[in-house]
Amino acid sequence: MQKTLASNRVAGVALLAVVLMTAAIALIFFYAPTDPDQGFSQRIFYFHVPIALTAYACFGWGAWKALRVLWKRDEEADVQSYVAIHQGVVFGSLTLLTGSIWARASWGVWWTWSENQLVLFLVLFLFYCAYFMLRFSIEPGRQRANMSAVYALFGVVLIPVSFMAIRLSQKFIHPVVFNAHGPQMSGSQFLTFCVSLAAMLALFATLYNVELTGKRLDSHLRDLRELLA
Amino acid sequence: MIGATLSNPPSEWQYVAAAYLAVFVFVLAWVAIIAAKLQRLQRQLAELVTRARADG
Repeated sequence: MQKTLASNRVAGVALLAVVLMTAAIALIFFYAPTDPDQGFSQRIFYFHVPIALTAYACFGWGAWKALRVLWKRDEEADVQSYVAIHQGVVFGSLTLLTGSIWARASWGVWWTWSENQLVLFLVLFLFYCAYFMLRFSIEPGRQRANMSAVYALFGVVLIPVSFMAIRLSQKFIHPVVFNAHGPQMSGSQFLTFCVSLAAMLALFATLYNVELTGKRLDSHLRDLRELLA
Repeated sequence: MIGATLSNPPSEWQYVAAAYLAVFVFVLAWVAIIAAKLQRLQRQLAELVTRARADG
């Protein structure tokens, strides 16, 4: 079993994701205390915020790979950048969905346009959705890789803007948990949050590696078909 | 604690359940998509093996 996992990184990461996810759910529902201000609905925080941070990590990873496309002329990095951004959009959708449910439970509305944090995240999400329109409107090749990479790098500028928006805003209802004084939560809540974040990052690593393996397999099959033609 | 939570669900219980269910459904849908893709790749590979054998 140990040898199999060592030789199969995807299986190892997937197993880690399952263990961390199980631990996170157990901590969220049976260990973390109910928040005195927000009540039971605050438990959405333990998935919503790690999912949002994972979406940022996906876009950041996609931008790093995009930089490698332009800098090192690394063709493999183009597929890696595409897969990371694809995962970022998926995690971004989940951020909007879980955030909307939490907003309804806490504020009584599904969405509010007056919150910079929400609007900027939506802008970031739509920006990366448009990445696919650009990518699939160009024939595969060097030009597509370069244009996709430039677009992915432009998008990453929006990440710190989106992250800092709530901290720069003068008027907000969206809670700020992490500020200059550290995390504004109890030790048990912070532990639960850290495990949930690790679980989400492990889930991303699993989905990223599986999707990447699928893309490589597809590419090898295409090559094989051309060789046999 | 579990019993107390289940017998007297808070008013926000349904929202919390909906949020976690959404994540679960997403993972399930993703597994289904990957399973479909693997089946397609397996079928294509089988076709190529047959063609390679026929070509000798």
